[in-house]
Amino acid sequence: MTTIAAPAEEAAAPAPRKSSAWIGALKSPSVVIGAAIILIIAALSIMAPALGTIDPAEINPAFRNKKPGAERTIRNDDGTQTKFEHRFGTDSLGRDVYSRVIYGGRVSLIIGITVATLSIFIGLIIGMVAGYIRWLDGFIMRIMDGLMAIPAILLAMGVVSLSRAGLTAVVIAILIPEVPRVVRLVRAIVLSIREEPYVEAAITLGTPTPILLFRHVLPNTIAPLIVQATFICASAILVEAILSFLGIGIPPDVPTWGNIMAEGRSLFRVYPHNILYPGIFLAIAVLAINMLGDGLRDTLDPRFAKRV
Amino acid sequence: MLSPASRTVLDVRNMTVKLPPGADRPHAVEDINITVKAGEIVCVVGESGSGKSVTSFNVMGLLPRGLKTTQGEILLEGEDILKASKERLRDLRGTRMAMIFQEPMTALNPVMRVGEQIAEVLQIHTDMSRADRRKRVLEMLNLVHLPDPERLIDAYPHQVSGGQRQRIMIAAALSLDPALLIADEPTTALDVTTQARILKLVREMQERRGTGVLFITHDFGVVAEIADRVVVMQKGRVVEQGTRDEILRRPREPYTKMLIAAVPSLKPPPATKATGAVMLSAHDLSKTYGKKTFLFGRGRVVHAVKSVNIEVRRGETLGIVGESGSGKSTVARCISRLIEPTGGKIEIAGQDMSKLTASGLRDLRRSVQVVFQDPYRSLNPRRPIGASIIEGPVNFGLSKAEAVKRARKLMVDVGLSADALDRYPHQFSGGQRQRICIARALAMEPVLLIGDEPVSALDVSVQAQVLELLAEVKKKFDLALLFITHDLRVAAQICDRVAVMKQGEIVEQGPTEALFANPQHPYTRELFEAAPGRSYMETVDAA
Repeated sequence: MTTIAAPAEEAAAPAPRKSSAWIGALKSPSVVIGAAIILIIAALSIMAPALGTIDPAEINPAFRNKKPGAERTIRNDDGTQTKFEHRFGTDSLGRDVYSRVIYGGRVSLIIGITVATLSIFIGLIIGMVAGYIRWLDGFIMRIMDGLMAIPAILLAMGVVSLSRAGLTAVVIAILIPEVPRVVRLVRAIVLSIREEPYVEAAITLGTPTPILLFRHVLPNTIAPLIVQATFICASAILVEAILSFLGIGIPPDVPTWGNIMAEGRSLFRVYPHNILYPGIFLAIAVLAINMLGDGLRDTLDPRFAKRV
Repeated sequence: MLSPASRTVLDVRNMTVKLPPGADRPHAVEDINITVKAGEIVCVVGESGSGKSVTSFNVMGLLPRGLKTTQGEILLEGEDILKASKERLRDLRGTRMAMIFQEPMTALNPVMRVGEQIAEVLQIHTDMSRADRRKRVLEMLNLVHLPDPERLIDAYPHQVSGGQRQRIMIAAALSLDPALLIADEPTTALDVTTQARILKLVREMQERRGTGVLFITHDFGVVAEIADRVVVMQKGRVVEQGTRDEILRRPREPYTKMLIAAVPSLKPPPATKATGAVMLSAHDLSKTYGKKTFLFGRGRVVHAVKSVNIEVRRGETLGIVGESGSGKSTVARCISRLIEPTGGKIEIAGQDMSKLTASGLRDLRRSVQVVFQDPYRSLNPRRPIGASIIEGPVNFGLSKAEAVKRARKLMVDVGLSADALDRYPHQFSGGQRQRICIARALAMEPVLLIGDEPVSALDVSVQAQVLELLAEVKKKFDLALLFITHDLRVAAQICDRVAVMKQGEIVEQGPTEALFANPQHPYTRELFEAAPGRSYMETVDAA
């Protein structure tokens, strides 16, 4: 058979496509600024011991409630003396607020990233099942609705009081209300993608369902999920701070931004620095993550990209 | 009215619109000259990407961002609208020029009553009182022959049909008697019988009011039906323009000739009767969608397909023709097992589908392959086309190397280069993608190939090539072909037998030649009547 005419149309020149949306994201100022601030905060927390901090849990009853800039002489083990400046002052137990704020970033970032990763992962699996296996959909989604109906703080109090207060309990407490949101998002995407002719074509090609989901449906969820992850991360950091502030989160000796503020609450009028500094860090961190998320959404999410 | 034949309503002079850098050509349109006189319908025809829509949008002052007019002028009754201020443009739209769009559903605001949307034009541009406006709207609804205007004026867009929505759009567009009406593919989204009525309405309105109409279309049937003059565009340039007879009967440019030749004739070529084994037979096939209501009452039951009986032999093409909602696609989806039929029997190559186990059904899947309508969505955009083509054979245990070998051979069979396998779908045109989809289906070595409107989204010249390819692979691979289409012309060209569907039922079935020569059922006759430009194109074909 040689009679089929060659197509009159020529294939367009190969154009770079695969990563163009990601490159576009890197050009967005809010993505760049947001990511830069997050990286700085992450670097500060990781390198905390090298940044002129002292043990954030060290109590010094003799040096309580000092204003920012107060200096103290520390006697070292070998008898020498060094001067130490409490840049952010000290709290009511004489702990150095600067050290506590810098170390506190560790907990916030760990919780934010863990909750974001876990909720995306769990939500992705449940959402794909709900979206693709129709008879399970109603059942799963009603459970998710039920989970969303529980007030997050109340649930956290329950989880924390049932187990020992600590990082794991807090992560679980924040995770549970976030998962249904991810499930809803993934389910909606799966429902629209499964109607795409290329998915139907794959069905007629006999592609087994798990492979079909992984190969044809999953890639479509990645960009919106990364955007969602940033918002979950920001919200998790906030909720952790709230829980710690209420005294139902991380134990008070572990420095977290919420703990430091809770500690400074009673003397807020006299010594505002105890709340001011962790508050600033918290606000900047959440703002930066949200900026990153907004910027990514503008460039990655096709519904928003069209308008730009 | 001034003497309508002489007054020029729209005069587009040497218009050039620049595309943003990085596009496939420097100009969206280049050096365009078009005039529309009062009382005249000028059809702009061209394939996708010819610049016909850019032209019409620029006249309305609605050029998308990123495009810039670099040269020329657009004179609307002598006034250059490219130099007009935003306020002046807003004034002109609605009063002196108006536009109707392809999608009547999205062009109407779904939360506003129909009457209010028409009255909005009057409210913005005139100081009529509320009661006067309502009176005028009723008058307009009457004028566009909408049934029961008193009731319709307070209806919401979703409560009226597609054809009625387009009538409402026309009523809104004409309510202030504009000098120029721009119609951008206004009937493309409509069924053929509805299209015929809308075309008649446009013609009538234009005659009665002496409006100049700039009518954008890709369909030569529509051109033959209503055009006074025709402008043929290709890749942003005007190839040829002239009166309808000049263009359709005596085209000078090879491109115009090619376009007209590519329009499939309504006269089917003589067919030979297929005698091969029966590959598909469906008995009493039906599909109902029942709404299960909670606890009380029985929900509404929709019969999408009602006891359909069809048979396709090896080497034969059966066409299923019908308008939207006729159930023709549902039949295809039942046979390809994308949905479960609720009743009847389907036999593929003598095997009863309903008696098969899950694994047997999966094996049977490879015997039935589908080519879908939208070539832009039927290939996974994230995977190279080679991966899409070998996916099926690999699923059924062929080694990857073997599958690639088969894919390379099939690429040549469908008229593409074997080396293009690692390219992505977006690097191909619509017609090429449809070739890839055909290769993907053939890779499964099916006995039955289903084409679900496989050429409906393609330009007419590409359509002809893909139809030719389908006919050739049918012969070469000795396939049974089930071809779903709404287009009678396409059906005439490719089908050996045709079944006409209406509201889930086959109303008529028979050899294409006999059925086209002598349709029995009134609905079939109505379909033929409605085929745009039928009588005119026949005389063109004869010439």
